[in-house]
Amino acid sequence: MSTPLIEIKDLRTYFYVKAGTVKAVDGVNLILERGVKLGLVGESGSGKTTMALAILRMIKPPGTVEGQILLDGVDLIKLSGEEMRKTRLGQIAMIPQGAMNSLNPVARIRATMAEGMIDHGIRLSKEEMNKRIANLLEIVELPAKVAKMYPHELSGGMKQRVTVAIAISLRPKVLIADEPTSALDVVIQRQVMETVTRLVKELDLSMILIGHDMGLMAQSVDKLAVMYAGKLAETGDIRDMFSDPLHPYTQALISSLPALGKRGVFHGLPGIPPSVINPPIGCLFCSRCPKVIPSVCAEQTPVLREVKPGRWVSCHLYKE
Amino acid sequence: MALLMELRNVTKTFGGGVTKTMALDDMTFGVEADFPHIVTIAGESGSGKTTMMMLLLGFYEPTLGSVLYNDVNIWKMTHSETRDFRRNVQAVFQDPFAVYNPFYKVDNLLSIPIKNFKLANSKKEARQLMENALSRVGLRPEETLGRFPHQLSGGQRQRIAVARALVLNPKLLIADEPVSMVDASLRATILKQIRELNQDLRIPILYITHDLTTAYHVSDYILVLYHGSVMEAGDVEQVIRDPKHPYTKLLVNSIPWPDPSHLWGEAVEAVTKKVRAEHAGCKFADRCPHVFDKCLESKPPLYISSETMLKSTVGHAAACYLYEGANMLEKDQNLITLFHQ
Repeated sequence: MSTPLIEIKDLRTYFYVKAGTVKAVDGVNLILERGVKLGLVGESGSGKTTMALAILRMIKPPGTVEGQILLDGVDLIKLSGEEMRKTRLGQIAMIPQGAMNSLNPVARIRATMAEGMIDHGIRLSKEEMNKRIANLLEIVELPAKVAKMYPHELSGGMKQRVTVAIAISLRPKVLIADEPTSALDVVIQRQVMETVTRLVKELDLSMILIGHDMGLMAQSVDKLAVMYAGKLAETGDIRDMFSDPLHPYTQALISSLPALGKRGVFHGLPGIPPSVINPPIGCLFCSRCPKVIPSVCAEQTPVLREVKPGRWVSCHLYKE
Repeated sequence: MALLMELRNVTKTFGGGVTKTMALDDMTFGVEADFPHIVTIAGESGSGKTTMMMLLLGFYEPTLGSVLYNDVNIWKMTHSETRDFRRNVQAVFQDPFAVYNPFYKVDNLLSIPIKNFKLANSKKEARQLMENALSRVGLRPEETLGRFPHQLSGGQRQRIAVARALVLNPKLLIADEPVSMVDASLRATILKQIRELNQDLRIPILYITHDLTTAYHVSDYILVLYHGSVMEAGDVEQVIRDPKHPYTKLLVNSIPWPDPSHLWGEAVEAVTKKVRAEHAGCKFADRCPHVFDKCLESKPPLYISSETMLKSTVGHAAACYLYEGANMLEKDQNLITLFHQ
């Protein structure tokens, strides 16, 4: 068995604030195999973006990161600042959420794209660099003249494509895409996502796609991990998860989706997500759960266990 | 049929010179008081859907044409007519964070309209009105009143915004992307409540969105806008299951359905012929795979689909010369007439 590309062991990201301890990510174990596109879904505040930032070690104080993040067997948490800086973009690259805010408005696209490469020790003559940038732009289906343009001259979809080009400029092993298309229209969203998934395949990358849009996940990823209040609720193969969700939260989430079927049928999920400041013991979903087991769910914290091959669920319903 | 609100040949342009933008192009559309259905106004950013809402609410003045409420131009109303209009046409906005003043308790949002329109004679009565409106949207008054906006979730805040509109017992509700900033698990609940309000209180609702999946579930009819013009209109089931206009086909094809076995359909949008930049024809011509000469000459009228004529069911029309020869909707004919043939 080959080692997984990324192995996250007991990752805990806590923020120590006045009101108490915010357990934004609390004991997550997750594996990303080579060539796999993993979707990470959850509501706002469930810790999905915090987890991405923790993998990139971009959590700032008062936040702390504990646990292990193994990339090809190397623990990212133990790397020095300089080594980690080289790893970012070089091995793990991020496609940010709002492309409109992530490009320098007073720099040409060429300068922004070259900056990351130069900073990671790529020394090329001007012509070679121009050629390389033109090549990258071509890969993301943009015309070469974009290099000479400023961000305000590009549409939202084009800007997002530029961020994709930057992310793949050093041929990383992993792409982390944090809601890359949430600000785009459906038609453009589809085109950008198709480019990203094509690149993942062609360049033999792995990807973690973060988002809350289950529709986009269903279209784009191979595996799905559902987060709830800083913990993983369930992980598994995407088709399997949609056809047979096991965790009551996943079940509610999937049945609340508007599918092309019978119209006007709504299955909402009552209640509100819990606060992760000083969370109580027990299952954090128990106050909203329709299948709650009295005197068990509120008192014992469920652990993620393999219920059937490839399916991990954190719920007391599936205890042997 | 009496029209409650009407846009009559409304055009709205912004700016002038080279940056002149036509946000809405000669739109005629009405809402009937005794036809309480949910109509979706769908389109991508820049399609003019929000402009249409701002015109209906009287926040923008039309460049050409008129906006009428009970057959009175809303820009030429007397003071008391304006008050009546403001009370009866209510809106729910996209951002459940921006509508609140963070320094005031959420009660404020509900008590201001009560005070303004003198809906209650005593504090007790006002409280009763607020509690009724909150329970209508599925919130427990004791858990919401007396709190500050930051103590509530986005979904709760959005429901209070709906409750605020309900306090006034409006005749028309305009909802601009009410669920786009709300978490997935709460979306269904809010949409369900909007649907129930429409059915129980018999209020017509305009649901403005870019999300065709929620439009499909919540509404009865749909207008698809593109660059300020209606591309397709009709029964939501027919439009989404069997789109006629190439633009609607493109949109429907791009919906990410939450179903791994229902993947995106055929590849979309082969950017085709170079179309000359300035032409008076179809706005979609430069992206359309079926574009032909006629498309550039004049703007296509809405052709009523042949199935509609055969079955004489609810109308379904597309503004595309591919359907030339079919019956047309008259230029000034109100779109709403399409919905009950």
